[in-house]
Amino acid sequence: MSVFNQSRSRVIQIIIGAVFIVITFQLINLQIFSSKYKLAAENNAIYRKIVYPDRGIIFDRKKRALLENTISFDLIVTPSESKGTDTFALCSILNIDTAEYKKRMRDAIFKNTRVKPSVFEPLLNAELFAKLTENMYKFPGFVLSERSVRTYPYNTAAQLLGYIAEVDTAFLRKNHQFGYEMGDYAGMSGLEKTYESILMGERGIQRFIRDNKSRIQGPYENGLFDTIPVAGRNLFTSIDVEVQQLAELLLQNKIGSAVAINPRTGGIIAMVSSPTYNPNVLTGNARRKNWGRMVMDTAKPMYNRAIKGQYPPGSTFKPLGALVALDEGLITPSYGVGCGGGYGACGGVYVRCEHHNPGHAANLRLALANSCNAYFSDVFRKALDNKKYGNTNQGYLKWKEYMNAFGLGRRLEVDLPSEDKANIPDTSIYNKFFGGAKRWNSCSVLTLGIGQDKMTATPLQMANIMCIIANKGFYFPPHFVDSIEHEQVADSSFMNKYRSKHTVTNISDSDYQAVHDGMHDVTIYGTAAHIKIPGIEYCAKTGTAQNPHGKNHSLFVAFAPKNNPRIAVAVVVENGGYGSVAAGPIAGLIIEKYLNDTISTVGKATTERVSNMNLIPEAIKNWYTRKDAERAERLAKLALEEASEKNNDAIEINHKSNTEPLLEPGSKPVEGKDTSTKIKLNTALLLGNDKRKKIRDLKP
Amino acid sequence: MNKQKNISHGVDLTVIWLYAILVLIGLICIFMVEYRGTGDWLSTFLNGKSSYSKQLFFAGLCTFIATFIILTDSKIFTAFANLLYAFGILLMIATFVIGKTINGSKSWIPLGGGFNLQAVEICKIFTALALAKFLSRQETDFTKFKSQAIAVIITLLPAVISVLQHESGMALVYFSFFLVMFREGLSPIVLIIGFSFVALIISTLLVEPDTLAILLSAVALIFIYLYRKTIKKKKGLLYLILFIWFTSVGIQRFAVPFIFNNVLECYQSARVYSAFGKDYDCGENKRSAKKSSKAPRKPDDYNVRQSKIAIGSGGFLGQGFLKGTQTRGKYVPEQRTDFIFTSLGEAFGFVGCFAFLLVYLFLLFRLIHIAERQRSTFSRVYAYSVVSILFFHIAFNICMTIGLFPSPGITLPFISYGGSSLLSFTILIFVLLRLDADRQMVLR
Repeated sequence: MSVFNQSRSRVIQIIIGAVFIVITFQLINLQIFSSKYKLAAENNAIYRKIVYPDRGIIFDRKKRALLENTISFDLIVTPSESKGTDTFALCSILNIDTAEYKKRMRDAIFKNTRVKPSVFEPLLNAELFAKLTENMYKFPGFVLSERSVRTYPYNTAAQLLGYIAEVDTAFLRKNHQFGYEMGDYAGMSGLEKTYESILMGERGIQRFIRDNKSRIQGPYENGLFDTIPVAGRNLFTSIDVEVQQLAELLLQNKIGSAVAINPRTGGIIAMVSSPTYNPNVLTGNARRKNWGRMVMDTAKPMYNRAIKGQYPPGSTFKPLGALVALDEGLITPSYGVGCGGGYGACGGVYVRCEHHNPGHAANLRLALANSCNAYFSDVFRKALDNKKYGNTNQGYLKWKEYMNAFGLGRRLEVDLPSEDKANIPDTSIYNKFFGGAKRWNSCSVLTLGIGQDKMTATPLQMANIMCIIANKGFYFPPHFVDSIEHEQVADSSFMNKYRSKHTVTNISDSDYQAVHDGMHDVTIYGTAAHIKIPGIEYCAKTGTAQNPHGKNHSLFVAFAPKNNPRIAVAVVVENGGYGSVAAGPIAGLIIEKYLNDTISTVGKATTERVSNMNLIPEAIKNWYTRKDAERAERLAKLALEEASEKNNDAIEINHKSNTEPLLEPGSKPVEGKDTSTKIKLNTALLLGNDKRKKIRDLKP
Repeated sequence: MNKQKNISHGVDLTVIWLYAILVLIGLICIFMVEYRGTGDWLSTFLNGKSSYSKQLFFAGLCTFIATFIILTDSKIFTAFANLLYAFGILLMIATFVIGKTINGSKSWIPLGGGFNLQAVEICKIFTALALAKFLSRQETDFTKFKSQAIAVIITLLPAVISVLQHESGMALVYFSFFLVMFREGLSPIVLIIGFSFVALIISTLLVEPDTLAILLSAVALIFIYLYRKTIKKKKGLLYLILFIWFTSVGIQRFAVPFIFNNVLECYQSARVYSAFGKDYDCGENKRSAKKSSKAPRKPDDYNVRQSKIAIGSGGFLGQGFLKGTQTRGKYVPEQRTDFIFTSLGEAFGFVGCFAFLLVYLFLLFRLIHIAERQRSTFSRVYAYSVVSILFFHIAFNICMTIGLFPSPGITLPFISYGGSSLLSFTILIFVLLRLDADRQMVLR
């Protein structure tokens, strides 16, 4: 009877076998063909801790550190693990309210998802850090993470060094191949940005095994896959911190810029854009407080006028005009014009000259020394109307070629981000402006010859021209970084452009010598005769750029010593008047400091005088007073609100009448001034732009 | 010495070896789950604090009990089968009174000293014995419906009690006796209907209700078309096809939603749904709605997901002994009991899992071989019961860990941590071995 169903034993075996085969297939699927489970497992169990390397240090030419690293701590949160955090305690330590806590949590989740760590409070100060470490046990999901932060022992060169800041999504998209992550810091401007790849070093990653509650269980595979952070490499620059500090001091309370370059190497010794700021206010926790104020400041302290400010070079352009004419053989050094106080050959356009005495432009040296407008207008017209090139248009193009060769109207590729190329207008611009190629001639653009019209240059370009003249025809592109620690092939290929000599056309040495002589005369009996540098013969040229919006800009370019120049300087002081008044002494003192390493007693007095000069335009001064008034008003309002909150029940009815009269004195002057301030403000903001086509003062 | 030989005479050594290997693998797996590299591993094995140490103690106890069973006379089992069954049922009913709730199911009897006994585990043995006893009775004619009904009642009574104790996973195991009954002559139709029913439920979950209804209708029409000539002669076939179609559509349209919403509890429905990658809305569940007015919680398949991650992370060769990151990080919940297979899968990968499955397969086929060589119906039925119970446990447990089946909470035989489980399987196996040793005797 029992054998009767024996075949069913086979059926049962088949069923069992089939189920086991199904299981095996699923195992193959899970373990061999799906990589996602492996990844998920790693995400689960492996905690990657990023170890930040020390960022590279930037040194000046005497190996003094312009910036240093100090350790700061970030408070990092992993939202998914932060359940059970004592929110109240955390908020009271950080001095934020619960709404802010929730907002930051939301932001963190939005930015980095729920399970990845995000920065909750960056760069804690020492006090906060101490309080938090004591209480960390109350805050699951929060950790303190070490990070090195910049400090600036010399409080100087803010715009050159730039700042580092937390990367944003746009940055991550752009630099995805470099492995940045949310919460990382990267150089956002200045040298920090240009040399980011060198300064950043390589981040190390330590892997830990963590359990389901995110508690660290120990190193993963005994640290086999850990990478050690590689410190960023140091940069050695040509900056001289003392010269830089001096230049900043001299330019304080002024809007302007100064650039000093070593013509032999192209290394920038100092570069100042004023107003500047103390770089320490944008590091660590201070950044949050000050950033908004800096950005909103109408005088733009973060704007590097040395590479972005566009100024008409004015008379400082004259040596170039002379060089072009000499090279083209249109004049000789002995060529002279009789100037009776202006240039009138163009009829409609009359260029006035500062000098009336006959013979002040009897030859090139005299004309340069006295900065004769008539002489250089004439020379400029000669260049444009050169028979060799047929017509003015062609002549202009040749002239523009010279200008570009001298580094005007193009970028010099300095190692700072966002350099401007300023403007040497193309013929098309003039064709459009005058309504056709035939509609304009050398007379129409006459003031280009004295560095006005549509021509603009950045202070860096002006200084670079001084290098070219000082070197008699060549330059090294201006740069800050002379060498990189442990330089690699990739670095060298970047640096090579700064190390290769650029020759500017083939203007002969004698032509340069003629210009040198003229520029030397400037400092002997010419426009800069009163600016003396103890023990140093130097060459210079003053400039006074017409400013349609206010007082003239004061310009000064120089190189020193006369023989074997070692420094070339360009200084621009907005609204500074004559070149020799504001910009001249600044350039002189920079040269003195650099070449003599000290400032003489006379120089010290000048330093004192110049640094106390306040040339900030009224409009900007008004803006500051207005802002101060607004802040005072806000504070008063806050104080009042606090006071009224304390006993609001008692004086609720009187609340209005109480506060209003008090607020009025603060708010009234602001309203009264508003419109006029605005207009002035706008004009002030336009300074340095290339929008001055009308040079009213030059017209008769 | 001589006596020893007599005792072990006829006992199937292969099964004992497989049993020993499996228990050893179980100990290693539990060791991997708990051991954290602190302290001497041997002393932690012996100090009685860790689970693997306890499991070692259970294994020792089981050896003792196994020896005891081998030493007994096989006639005892036939004689006491019904009595033991009655005892088992009583024990299960007693659990309602003296029971202790562990993990939401009130099926544990506290034994003191931190040890608890799950009555439903032990009751499997008694049920197997009772079924064997019933089927081996001279007067039982298993071709009769009445006998079949009684057999079904015997097997499903503990299951019903188990469901009442919220231990539905174990109840599922009692369905394994249908395999035994199939072997003893139960119509294959029952198995086919059972399979079809499960298949229908699964397809209800996977396919949109309307689409499925259309599909079923299409299948019915195709059958009618194929058998149109037969139908002309025999109208009965047409009615049968129509009846099956009607029942299927009825089940998928009404019965399945009814089961999920009214019979099963929210978490159970959610588990089933999540096994097939669906979300179950507890708001529709009548039982959970009655029980608590709490807002319906979104179900998650955390357990199964973590389990799949752990097994998947093992890869082909595994992460290595004690190196499994998921195991060390305690990511898999209930890992030492229901999800013990994950620690094996993570540490030893596909190779380890496959080898392990082969051990199981070999054991099952060996037991079938033993079953078929029995001369008495009692022994054969009992042997098949053992095979079926083991098979159900293994299949459900592993399918659960690899995400092929909703997690019912069934242990992996010999491997999962737990005294009740190990003990009941030991008794199951060794009673069989005792019966097998006496296969020459004709038992009733």
